[in-house]
Amino acid sequence: MQLLYDFFTGQAGMDLAGAHIAVASLMAVLMFTVMALCAIIFTWMERKVAGFMQSRYGPMYTGRWHGWAQAVADMLKILGKEDIIPGEADKGMFQFAPILVLLGSLLAWAAIPWAPDFVAADFDLGLFYIFAVSSLVVIGILMAGWSSNNKWALYGAARGAAQMVSYEIPLALAAIPVVMRTGSLNPQDIIIAQQGGIWNWNINPIMNPFLFIAFFMYFIASIAETNRGPFDMPETESELVAGYHTEYTGMRFAFFFLSEYANLFLVSMIATMLFLGGWWAPFPGMAWIPPALNFIIKGVLLVFLNMWVRWTLPRVRVDQLMFLCWKVMIPLSLLCVVGAGLWMMAWGQLK
Amino acid sequence: MANEPTMVNGRGWGDQDHVPGIKSELLELNMGPQHPATHGVLRLLLHTDGEIVYKVTPVLGYLHRCAEKIAEGVNYKQWVVYTDRFDYLAPMCCNHAYVTAVEKLMGQAVPERAEHIRVATSELSRIASHLIALATFGLDMGAWTPLLYCFREREEILNLLERISGGRMLYNYMIPGGVRYDVPNDNWVADVLDFVDLMEHNKLPEYNTLLSYNKIFIERTADVGIIDAKTALDYGCTGPVLRGSGVDFDCRRDDPYSVYHKFDWQVQIGHGEKGTVGDCWDRYIVRAREIEQSCRIIRQALQTLPDGPYQALALKAIVKVPAGAAYTRVESSKGELGHYIISDGGQTAFRNKVRSPSFCNLQVVEKVGVGQMVSDLVALVGSLDIVLGEIDR
Repeated sequence: MQLLYDFFTGQAGMDLAGAHIAVASLMAVLMFTVMALCAIIFTWMERKVAGFMQSRYGPMYTGRWHGWAQAVADMLKILGKEDIIPGEADKGMFQFAPILVLLGSLLAWAAIPWAPDFVAADFDLGLFYIFAVSSLVVIGILMAGWSSNNKWALYGAARGAAQMVSYEIPLALAAIPVVMRTGSLNPQDIIIAQQGGIWNWNINPIMNPFLFIAFFMYFIASIAETNRGPFDMPETESELVAGYHTEYTGMRFAFFFLSEYANLFLVSMIATMLFLGGWWAPFPGMAWIPPALNFIIKGVLLVFLNMWVRWTLPRVRVDQLMFLCWKVMIPLSLLCVVGAGLWMMAWGQLK
Repeated sequence: MANEPTMVNGRGWGDQDHVPGIKSELLELNMGPQHPATHGVLRLLLHTDGEIVYKVTPVLGYLHRCAEKIAEGVNYKQWVVYTDRFDYLAPMCCNHAYVTAVEKLMGQAVPERAEHIRVATSELSRIASHLIALATFGLDMGAWTPLLYCFREREEILNLLERISGGRMLYNYMIPGGVRYDVPNDNWVADVLDFVDLMEHNKLPEYNTLLSYNKIFIERTADVGIIDAKTALDYGCTGPVLRGSGVDFDCRRDDPYSVYHKFDWQVQIGHGEKGTVGDCWDRYIVRAREIEQSCRIIRQALQTLPDGPYQALALKAIVKVPAGAAYTRVESSKGELGHYIISDGGQTAFRNKVRSPSFCNLQVVEKVGVGQMVSDLVALVGSLDIVLGEIDR
């Protein structure tokens, strides 16, 4: 990042404000590209993972090698589709909802620490900011469901809103023990505190068992937060047709799709950052691996875990989902916060 | 269907004022005819208050093809092909039901070998149908992967049935007085026995670990959509739906036809292991266990396959049926499938009435679906395992 600033203030001859704007625009473009790329890769990966789990192959033809170009072809196809807006729909809201959903996940990408010196927006409230902006997705889903003027979409939206608002609480609560250990909300500080190999990562149950539990709380809550199986209430293909995006076609639908996979990778990266040592290599001798690669590999592994869960388990019912959140996960994560605090006090780990 | 207000938890029509002073009403929701959970072109008209269903009205007729009327225009052998299209997931059972009725009317004896082949193919068809039932029920619960596994095994059955009948899904295989073709001499019997062993010892345990005893699946299906024994009998439910409610009745044992009395197998009923007797999980597990029993029947039928003719030789292309009426019933994969044929002595039936199990099983939705959540209604409809081709005929 410093290199970029030096480039713009030095060689390009800008003042500091100009350099800020230049770096910000560059980062925005870069993040959007990476996000779109991720969505495309994960779409393909999901199909392959699902295929192999279901004793079939998944895409095999487009692009010859294991159908690697299938997602690209799908994107091109979806671009050429007719953009249908239902006659009775609330047009403004209907058009704005997918953008808002995408915005919610894209904004959060700004604070992701890819490498020691590479984060689009490096600031002290990073973690708080990520949780705050990712809540925008709920509003988008609710808007999409309401404005579609379709009862199934409305059902999906109502379920989705209830689910996502509820699961934000255990999601954020699970992150609190990590913040307590680090003493900072800055993503970079959280990662730096986990220096020194796998036994210094926050997930290590010997260092602090409550952080270990918090990781699983976070993982379960993140599945619900990304609306994926077994918690895919807003979509529930077999009950609500397609949930909140029943009426969407073409590019607007692609936006929802894009945001689902962007969100999936986002929560995996946050889990990596909070519990799995971020861009640190697992063992000290492996420092030759580029930090960004470490980070991405861990994120992709978590994404794979997520897909594994999705293609294995049946879906829970909406009231069971709420029960799990309010009566199991929230008390447990509160307990985690208290337990982690006491543990840190006992062993003098508190910052 | 009465237009009486349906009361749920002491509340009914126009009674849904959650906020004092603000009038609210029930939401009218069309589930189907194009909907992933209705297993065909069934339309359920729901009245819901949020997630709770207050009233369910099944609307039928989207797949009506006048098959019974056609029976009055085509001769007896020609109509076999229409029975395939009733329960298109288990066409052999439908063939079987029809030809037994015609044979009863004619007083026609069937060679022993043909009966064995009929039993074996019917049971293969039943396994194929139950596999679809398990698969789609899992899909209704959001489990995708078992669907593909079940279809993988069903494919094997379709291959086997293709080798004996020439058709993969619609066989037109049984004719009055026997079966259309003999067992092919390309090792078919051994292949079926291999498949049956694989199914019973390898694949069924796989489904059980993946789906049947999954905690989420049990949570979703146990104590949901409970049909008690009295309701099941009152509504004329048959097949796995009736047995899931704990009623020990199976046409194959209690009203024996063909050669079922020769084989050793057990009727499976629901015991309410995970919840109450007659819940969705019971109906599901009855089907899973019936697959096992069907495997036993097939093994015995083919191991003791007698030599001899596979058709009654006296039959001509056009069968002549004396005047009279006959009713026979067989246990198809969905339940009791009956054919009532009235003949006036001509080449075609005077009237052919089909008693289809799915039609009777579906009615119970109107009673049991009330007061459930929308998701539970999906589970209930899925656990009834209806086939619209049979309901509308």
